Amino acid sequence: MAPVAIEIEKHQKIDETALITGSEAIAVACKLADVDVITAYPIRPYDTVMQYVAKLVADGEMDCEYIVAEGEHSQFEIVKHASACGARVFCGSSGVGWMYAMEALTVTPALRIPMVAMVGNRALDDPGAFGVEHNDALAVRDLGWQLVWVDSPQEALDTALIAYRVAEDRRIFLPCAISCDGAFLTHSQALVKIPSQEKVNEFLPRYNRAELLLHPDNPITVAPQGNEDWVMEIRRQNYAAMERTYGVIKEAYADFERIFGRSYGNPFFEEYMTEDAEVVLLGMGTLSTPVKVAIRKMRAEGKKVGFVRLRWFRPFAAEELAKCLGRFSAVGVIDRDYSFGSPYLGGVVAGEVRHALYPSPGKRPPVLGFIAGLGGREVTVPDVEKITASVYRAGRGKSEPLTQWIGVRE
Amino acid sequence: MGRLFAIEIIYRGIFQKTLAKNISRAIVLAAHEEGKRGISFGRYGDSPERNGIPAKSFAIVATDDVTLEEGMAKYEPKEVDITIAVDDTLCKGVESWAWYGLQPVNRLLKPGGTLIVTSREQPEAIIGMAHRKAAPYNLAILKGTVSFSGLWVYKDDHTDVRLLGAISRILPDLFSVKSVQKVIMDQWKDPIKAASAAKAYERTTTITVRPDQGNPETPYTFELPKWHEMRDGVTIPSIPAGRGFEDPTTHAVGGFRPDRNPTFKKFSTRTMRPVVNFDTCIKCTLCWLHCPDSCFDVTPDGLYDANMQACCGCGVCEAVCPVKECVTMVNEAEFSDNSSQWEMWKGDKKDYGKWLQEKIAGHTERTHGFRYRGQYEEQIPEMLETARED
Repeated sequence: MAPVAIEIEKHQKIDETALITGSEAIAVACKLADVDVITAYPIRPYDTVMQYVAKLVADGEMDCEYIVAEGEHSQFEIVKHASACGARVFCGSSGVGWMYAMEALTVTPALRIPMVAMVGNRALDDPGAFGVEHNDALAVRDLGWQLVWVDSPQEALDTALIAYRVAEDRRIFLPCAISCDGAFLTHSQALVKIPSQEKVNEFLPRYNRAELLLHPDNPITVAPQGNEDWVMEIRRQNYAAMERTYGVIKEAYADFERIFGRSYGNPFFEEYMTEDAEVVLLGMGTLSTPVKVAIRKMRAEGKKVGFVRLRWFRPFAAEELAKCLGRFSAVGVIDRDYSFGSPYLGGVVAGEVRHALYPSPGKRPPVLGFIAGLGGREVTVPDVEKITASVYRAGRGKSEPLTQWIGVRE
Repeated sequence: MGRLFAIEIIYRGIFQKTLAKNISRAIVLAAHEEGKRGISFGRYGDSPERNGIPAKSFAIVATDDVTLEEGMAKYEPKEVDITIAVDDTLCKGVESWAWYGLQPVNRLLKPGGTLIVTSREQPEAIIGMAHRKAAPYNLAILKGTVSFSGLWVYKDDHTDVRLLGAISRILPDLFSVKSVQKVIMDQWKDPIKAASAAKAYERTTTITVRPDQGNPETPYTFELPKWHEMRDGVTIPSIPAGRGFEDPTTHAVGGFRPDRNPTFKKFSTRTMRPVVNFDTCIKCTLCWLHCPDSCFDVTPDGLYDANMQACCGCGVCEAVCPVKECVTMVNEAEFSDNSSQWEMWKGDKKDYGKWLQEKIAGHTERTHGFRYRGQYEEQIPEMLETARED
């Protein structure tokens, strides 16, 4: 073997550490996954991932088609078509950019395209703000997109690899969006373990579109017109695919642990200090940091508080979550989103959690909703303490408001 | 609980974005050499894609993961061990694009913390620019020409590695100069840079700044409204149009001064300011017309007075003025207040003429960074010479 080839082979077996942001970690995952086609259109904070991919391509570390589209709609359409032709694809956006792509976002799961996208969560306009809110990614929650939230650059990298594995599984073929909180994750550099290429190759098989491949050798028509005679059956297929994701996600995490030697425990949600907890808080994304710090502080004061961080919002592990939450006297859901006019005027996650609990055969603790951290506002340790005090009162049977705004000037 | 370290790097948008990022990254990597954990990030509310706008990067380091998480639980550090200002004129105050008001450069410093400033000025000049602080703090000057480059071009003048050497001297518990050199060799593979860091380590000295030293002004403040006090529909009232004003000597009322936002002034963006020769001004209106910030007040006698509460120091007025040395951009470090040049001229024209000539003749050349290909290569020998003189 030539010396260069030996060097490359040696390099492929080494795990490395790098100081990178959550966005950059996802770009590195794209490189490790050897993504074929990437489309880009700048919007903050998503642009941090496209910049890093561009750098990897320019530095000769990554080989892919890198296409800068003229807007988000085209950006998502291009990768949709590339994926139909058998390319592994990556895409992403933020806030109103994601909304501008909405028509493309609706057709992607319908056509069973296993696109992996990164949403750099950003408040929707107006006002034009850069800070995190989860309403952008949540806008596609009913359409067949798998949605996952991460809270560290390491988890961003690992989850991107897992997302490819699950999305491109023939039993699934559904897109997956990885949500990264703007600023806290997209713009914050931490030390990340980068797995070796060899391990990634073992974990992630090539994308094989098989009989759905759009190719002259496999003459098919994609997306013919269908009327009321066809639509329900097509929807029923997607329903079945989404139903299968629970099992495939579990398989992927188990394999991840076997190959990479790192474990995330329950794939769907992380439990923090819940073993002996009386009440728990629940939320998604990087608000885990102030919540965990506050919980350690409150525990030092004798309050038995735990935290459940939801990772996968779609699929939503309702039965498992209901079983988990049944152990506590009350639950406080912190929503970094809003759903104006929804039941009890609560946030999206609070509504979903109540929904998950209602048919549960076990205990159904009261669920309080808290709207906090909108537009990137800091969720402080005192905010979390205030939330917890209310949850404790609800746990003791006191009537507390079902939706409360935390950290708003009033 | 372990120990938490926080360092902020205050820099100017575009010109120093890469520089600031290099410094905060290298801090985390050098501390990691000694087994510490850390994160590096830019203040998200800032918009450092705007020329000269003050912005911040932070490095947070801890001796263990739990302590690091305590540090990360805040949007940004509430206090820091070291503040680095990579441009000395930032010592006059830091007003972010994100409307946080004008913040003193030393605002986040812990009592006994250290402000490191890149400058060719003497300590007295730097102390005079910075607002007074209730607790004593230390000042270290990294002697050198301020490093300005661009978003896509980076001036490799050793400012970053010299600052890292200075940090290892001031805060040896964070990392040693040996770790700094290790990171420099890993990242840049340049032994000359490693030598620069060591030299800065050897030469760094600090002086104590007392609470009675510095700019006595209190920066303007404002209170953010409550949600029910705000207008619906994301609307805000406009700034009213302006009006004429009084000539302090003749008491004639005339001219036009536009009303300006009282809580977003932008003057801390300035690194140079225009000085105007009212005796040679031909009243052609070009400076007033081209100023992107409407900073010129039209005086009752028909002259154009650059209002220093509103001037960002972009230099367009100098560029469009057809009269030689009628408008000249001068290093902001040469000035200690924002008062009206026109009023000074009205008060005593001879004195003003003398003052004007002194400012123009004595000023240190400054530019807004990258203007033409090869410019940085021309500047580097001079910058290295300044650093060597120290």
